[in-house]
Amino acid sequence: MADGQRTPLSIREGKPALGAGAPLPALRREELREHLPGVEPERQLTDWGRSERIEGLMDQTLVEFFYRYWFRAEVEGIENVPANGGGLLVSNHSGALPPDAAMIAKAVKEEHSHPRPVNITVEHFFKGYPGFSMLIPKIGCVAAHPANVQRLLFDEEQLVLVFPEGRKGTEKLYKDRYRLRRFGRGGFVEAAMRAKAPIVPICVVGAEEAAPVFAQMNLMKRLTGLLYFPITPTFPHLGLLGMLGYLPAKFKVRFLEPIRFEEEGMYEDKALVQTVANEVRARIQENLWDMVSRRKSVWFG
Amino acid sequence: MTDSRRILVTGLSTYWGGLLAKALERFPEIEAIIGVDNEEPTVELERTEYVKVGAQHALLRRVVEAAEIDTVVDTRLVVDSTTTSSSKAHENNVIGTMNILAACSGPDTPVRKVVFKSSTHYYGCEQDDPAFFDETMSRPHQPRTPIERDIVDAEASLGDFAETNPDAAVTILRFANVLGPDVQTSHVGLFSLPAIPMILGFDPRYQFVHEEDVVHALEHAVRNLLPGIYNVAADGVLALSEVAGLLGKPYAPVLPPWGTGIATSLLRRVGLHVPPEMQMQLRYGRGVDNRRYKAAGFRYGNTSRETVIALAEHMRLHPLMRGAGEPYRYEREVEEFLRWSPHVRSARTPDGSGLSRDQLAELRRALGELTGEEASALAEPPAPAPDPEPAPPPKPKPRKPAAPPPRPGAPVDHYDDLESEEVISLLGSLEPGDLRVLRDYERDNAGRSSVLGAIDSVLARSGDASGVAPGGTP
Repeated sequence: MADGQRTPLSIREGKPALGAGAPLPALRREELREHLPGVEPERQLTDWGRSERIEGLMDQTLVEFFYRYWFRAEVEGIENVPANGGGLLVSNHSGALPPDAAMIAKAVKEEHSHPRPVNITVEHFFKGYPGFSMLIPKIGCVAAHPANVQRLLFDEEQLVLVFPEGRKGTEKLYKDRYRLRRFGRGGFVEAAMRAKAPIVPICVVGAEEAAPVFAQMNLMKRLTGLLYFPITPTFPHLGLLGMLGYLPAKFKVRFLEPIRFEEEGMYEDKALVQTVANEVRARIQENLWDMVSRRKSVWFG
Repeated sequence: MTDSRRILVTGLSTYWGGLLAKALERFPEIEAIIGVDNEEPTVELERTEYVKVGAQHALLRRVVEAAEIDTVVDTRLVVDSTTTSSSKAHENNVIGTMNILAACSGPDTPVRKVVFKSSTHYYGCEQDDPAFFDETMSRPHQPRTPIERDIVDAEASLGDFAETNPDAAVTILRFANVLGPDVQTSHVGLFSLPAIPMILGFDPRYQFVHEEDVVHALEHAVRNLLPGIYNVAADGVLALSEVAGLLGKPYAPVLPPWGTGIATSLLRRVGLHVPPEMQMQLRYGRGVDNRRYKAAGFRYGNTSRETVIALAEHMRLHPLMRGAGEPYRYEREVEEFLRWSPHVRSARTPDGSGLSRDQLAELRRALGELTGEEASALAEPPAPAPDPEPAPPPKPKPRKPAAPPPRPGAPVDHYDDLESEEVISLLGSLEPGDLRVLRDYERDNAGRSSVLGAIDSVLARSGDASGVAPGGTP
């Protein structure tokens, strides 16, 4: 109930010129958690637009096929994924229509002792592109907005998969394979610290060879309005389905030791955030080199 | 609970203003409800006083000061650009809000609380929106449509008001898309089509709020002290395809993803108006975080899903019930007759079901005895016994000079024989002083809440503010 306690107007975020500034009562976020909307069992979609039906259908057909028979995914360290509470999965990223996200989500579902849905963060681009906009949320993807990650991690205590490289990772060419790009601005670390959720670094080997990108066509990108327009072994000459024309590389997924944040207010220390982000990146890169160096064959592992 | 007792509702003739005033009439501790608007009210009101003002609310300050308004509820924001022209909407939303706030500010203003009905259009709909807007977030881009610009401007002037008037509590309620059987919005229009039009390749997320929840939310803000901004949207965010399913209608992706503006202007030719803010919503959708208002004690009656189902049920039934209910029309002379005429015995009970002439006389005599006996017993100045003739109407301004002071009543046999309905039907013809005596007596003896409530409301209606003691209600 209101206690008449008021915080100054400066609480508003963003540009003050746009924000109407009636004072907000100070409310701790923990108190809000109990007011999350309940689940309506009659519904087929979640509030995020995720459809268990469509996701299940994809999972049992396409994802199952790729995971088991095409990529023959091999998983290690799955116990590093927390069985309950929020968890931020951080992975390297590659491939034109990246198969790594679906494989990580499938790995958690298949191998973990407590299978849980994984929320995959994607570019805002997908929400604005017809077709993708309809499909992407249905299969468990959410836009990579800090507020979305915060709500999923802290309020709903779910697993969130982020690719801090973003599109810099997926548009990189085959010659740059397994060389991590910059890890954004460390926003993912801040999100995990705010939610006090552990970060689980993940290394995926095989995705680079499954969907190699030979060139980027900037003119075509502009004409189609897509995020990028790559030349792969099967795209664009086999049409849009060519996006799914992955080569049968052997997939290896390694979940690394989680990094935990217990202290209050760590996210305010920008230097610490950057240090942790670099640490996560270094760990993933190190393990990637290790996994690639042990690999005898791209196709058979 | 706050001490909101004298309330001014702007936009009384809008759907929300009328319903809110009607809802507030239920509370006897609210002494005065004054509704202003430039058009006549569209719902039947019992004790709300309607004052006609110009569109810009320029003279509102005099009303506020004269009636010592402590709470102003502003319900008149236009959030649907199909309802009026954009220049009229701007006049109403920006200039009107400015003038209303000007009427509430100043060093000696009686206003202690301002409740403002806003809209989640404040946040807009864009590609890079978060999935759930919370109240601390501002929109990621400048507003693109005139109506959104107006809402942002109006809220900005409330922010200024809150800063310059730290004593006044400012509550802004941002409502999601409202659905319900009685309200007409462009989305209700969209959903009553035989198929739900969609933009090809998009399935936006929608959050709704039931029309009853809107009124309850406004009422909650009036009856509690809740400074700040709150989103009001029911639990559950639905995809538009899900909405179509609940309505039992097919969805038709008839709008092209590119050149949507051209397509909608063509649709307008054939009579379907898709306003620009709705186009953005049909593309990107919007969800808001509704937890803060829930944490402030508000409970929703419906989820988004239940809201859509209620609308669907109404839509199936509506064609069968057409013309069943006559719409209410405000007629000043009739309203004034019902409120102030001495011949109106009670606004609540229909004519003919009251007491016979003999019973009426008996009650009068009983009350006369009551006040007379008491006066002599306590050796106070004798209170005038009520006239045997029907008492003159209790007017709000000229109070009766010698109303008897309230005192505990003595048991009167005749009075106790009367049923509560019979007592209530008499109240309209009694003087405020007698009413107070009667109320005290009733409270000490039978304590019938219906009778006590009726007495209080008659007292409040007669404008005799001193008659309503804070603890006097059950």
